[in-house]
Amino acid sequence: MNLPIAYPDSDFDIELRLLIEGIYLKYNYDFRNYSPASLKRRVAHALAQMECTTVSALQDRILHSPQHFLNLLQFLTVPVSEMFRDPAYFLAIRDKVVPILSTYPSLKIWIAGCSTGEEVYSLAILLHEEGLLERTLIYATDINPHSLQRAEDGIFPIEHLKLFTANYLAAGGKRAFSDYYTAAYGSAIFDRALRRQVTFADHSLATDSVFSETQFVSCRNVLIYFNRELQDRAFALFRESLCHRGFLGLGSKETVQFSAVSDQFESFARHERIFRKR
Amino acid sequence: MRPRLDPHRLQALVIGASAGGIDALMHVLPALPADCPIPVVVVVHLPENQPSLLPEVFGPRVDLEVKEADEKEPVEPGTIYFAPPGYHLLIERDRTFSLSVEAPVHYSRPAIDILFETAAAAYGPTLAAMLLTGANEDGAAGLAHVARLGGTVLIQDPDEARIATMPLAGLRAVGDQATVLPLASLALMLRALRTKESR
Repeated sequence: MNLPIAYPDSDFDIELRLLIEGIYLKYNYDFRNYSPASLKRRVAHALAQMECTTVSALQDRILHSPQHFLNLLQFLTVPVSEMFRDPAYFLAIRDKVVPILSTYPSLKIWIAGCSTGEEVYSLAILLHEEGLLERTLIYATDINPHSLQRAEDGIFPIEHLKLFTANYLAAGGKRAFSDYYTAAYGSAIFDRALRRQVTFADHSLATDSVFSETQFVSCRNVLIYFNRELQDRAFALFRESLCHRGFLGLGSKETVQFSAVSDQFESFARHERIFRKR
Repeated sequence: MRPRLDPHRLQALVIGASAGGIDALMHVLPALPADCPIPVVVVVHLPENQPSLLPEVFGPRVDLEVKEADEKEPVEPGTIYFAPPGYHLLIERDRTFSLSVEAPVHYSRPAIDILFETAAAAYGPTLAAMLLTGANEDGAAGLAHVARLGGTVLIQDPDEARIATMPLAGLRAVGDQATVLPLASLALMLRALRTKESR
């Protein structure tokens, strides 16, 4: 086998490393352990949108302007999400996890990397229908303040609702999905009662520590952007936060299996990627 | 001179296909010899919310190991990898796979452009990229990256392709840097990708 000799760094690769280091030193946002290929694509996209010809020019601009940094942050984080994405995941929570969660007198759930909130509303609806929402506190965290604000607003483009509704039904939804939102001005405005039990907070899996004990952590399609080292840091936080026999839900292509905490979790719903702390 | 792929110089082959792509791949993938010394990474456009079954379909028909790529998995020679449905498949410069759920490109996730572009950055002139039949323009921008970094560009002859849109867009993007061949000739090229010279 040929040893993997990396094709030489391009100027872009060198500048990207400097940009990421600069962002960390100036703003304490730590992208240093993100997988480079996807980050590189997003910075290239930001360059075009922010009308910079080189990454160095972009670095100059964001170091001297927090507002420009916030603009860049919108490109660096990946906001694409949908309600009840992977319906089988939510069906497994409803059928297998909820019966165990309902034995606790009160519940704390952490949605790590909640982005613009699609999963927050999905879980809140599910818990409401299962009679658990009133005694649950949901922590919805993200590093992107704009995403958190949008999550808190709970307003989604109406054209997405067809997909969201189909997902909701496939996930075992028990009512008409339209019961949960009001359509107005091309948007679906979700019922504010759904977020009465939700605390939205700025939290970084790369730099912050655990803030609460929880019974269930859901962190889906966030870890795929991290390298192994950062994945292990996040897994350690989840392990520390989870109570004895607590649940960890991951994205459909994510697993604890190859992580540093693999022996501290067992598979609970294998296909749906739900794990349980030993 | 008939174009050929040099198994001692090439370090990876990436393939993109869309409408009509399964049949086209049935012509080329089985041609790969069992001692193929490089990894082969394939993006086929498929519906997002169902398992792809591609490894099950191709596994019995090829001589190499066939699997869906996992995130962080090292890209190993002698293996055919398919992108999982609903995720973009990227190759890191340390030659491991990454997955992403960023927005679809040309309405597609996985997108051929993203695989080709990141593979070009990882393998440079030691990459070969092959674009087959399809009804949209995904892959064309990716081929341009491959060509710019000195990689080999192969395009299915549009006259023969089930849907010519994708090969034609690829041709427009790279012009005479592409080698254009029918499936039978592409299969012959892949047959020569073996560790030992055959006479």
